[in-house]
Amino acid sequence: MGSSDARSDALLMPTSVLAQLGGGRVREVVTAPAAVLSEPGPELDPTDPDVVRLCADLIATMRVSPGCVGLAAPQIGVGGQAFCVDVSNHAKTRTCHGLIVLVNAVVTAASRNVKGREGCMSVPDLTGDVKRAARLTVSGRLPVTGEEVSISTDEFEARALQHEIDHCGGHLFIDKVAGAHALHPRKVYLPAADSRVE
Amino acid sequence: MTTLAITVISADRPGIIARVAGALSGLRMNLTDSSMTVLSGQLAMTLICAGETPIGAVRDALGEAAGDDLIIHVLPVGAQVVPTVPSASYLLTVHGADRLGIVSGLTTVVSEAGGNITDLTTRLAGGLYVLAAEIDLPADADVTALRDHLTVTAAALGVEAELQPLERDEL
Ligand SMILES: [Zn+2]
Repeated sequence: MGSSDARSDALLMPTSVLAQLGGGRVREVVTAPAAVLSEPGPELDPTDPDVVRLCADLIATMRVSPGCVGLAAPQIGVGGQAFCVDVSNHAKTRTCHGLIVLVNAVVTAASRNVKGREGCMSVPDLTGDVKRAARLTVSGRLPVTGEEVSISTDEFEARALQHEIDHCGGHLFIDKVAGAHALHPRKVYLPAADSRVE
Repeated sequence: MTTLAITVISADRPGIIARVAGALSGLRMNLTDSSMTVLSGQLAMTLICAGETPIGAVRDALGEAAGDDLIIHVLPVGAQVVPTVPSASYLLTVHGADRLGIVSGLTTVVSEAGGNITDLTTRLAGGLYVLAAEIDLPADADVTALRDHLTVTAAALGVEAELQPLERDEL
């Protein structure tokens, strides 16, 4: 399969929804061992204006963080099942749906486990080798409209979605590393070298 | 045939492994298993070597190679102790705020359940303490009870603990 057909997938978010998700505030990113990162977040009402604002803040914070391809509500201190992901222009991306913002998302199908190294803005000093499904279907609700959507994807976008859904459930990549030698200190002299799933 | 276990500790700098390996190959001692890591700038290496050179001669040669900057110990390896009970492998991960007693508290729970830790990494990164341990449990171990006991102990220490089967891909 050539990579030329990658990134040709339809964008997930309707323009009308995106229009409501601008102007978010850049929030401080919470780091482990903050309790909010280890607690399962409650389901949220995607049409609630507070939840829409939360989603806008997640996008704004992701956009200003170098190398950040996803951010979940607990990472800005809010327990709840909402996150954003955008793996556009990432070297490891195959299928790509552009900016994805989902509320109450769950994995409905997963296959083909592949090991990859992950980082996280909430665990800034470590990376870890984590096995994730490389073929994935996720369903969840769009902010603003509350529309139920399902996306099927693969490779890096699949990894990013699983990482963020884990955050919403109170799990960090540390909980999923592949073994005792799968945790690595981030090389401080190469701050941008590891791709961060966040 | 002599089989020896050798440990090397030193401040990390280029060339240490070459010095040790060079001394061993000069004695025609064959390097078999080895593991090396650097923690906070300290190099630590364990290696197993086998050959016909008597342990005294190996100690002398490595003592010379050690100079005044390496700490080297050489120990004879006895007959292999083969575990007789069939076992299953698990991975214990723990993370939380650093405090005294995390490793001792949780490894004690593992050992009381008959678990044998075969690999362990701990990292202190900023204020975050992380532990990952690979554990062999006897085939008849009560994994649910162990998991519960670990959860209770972790909660008392204010950390999160997860125990899951260690996946092995057979290809
Ligand atoms: Zn993350």
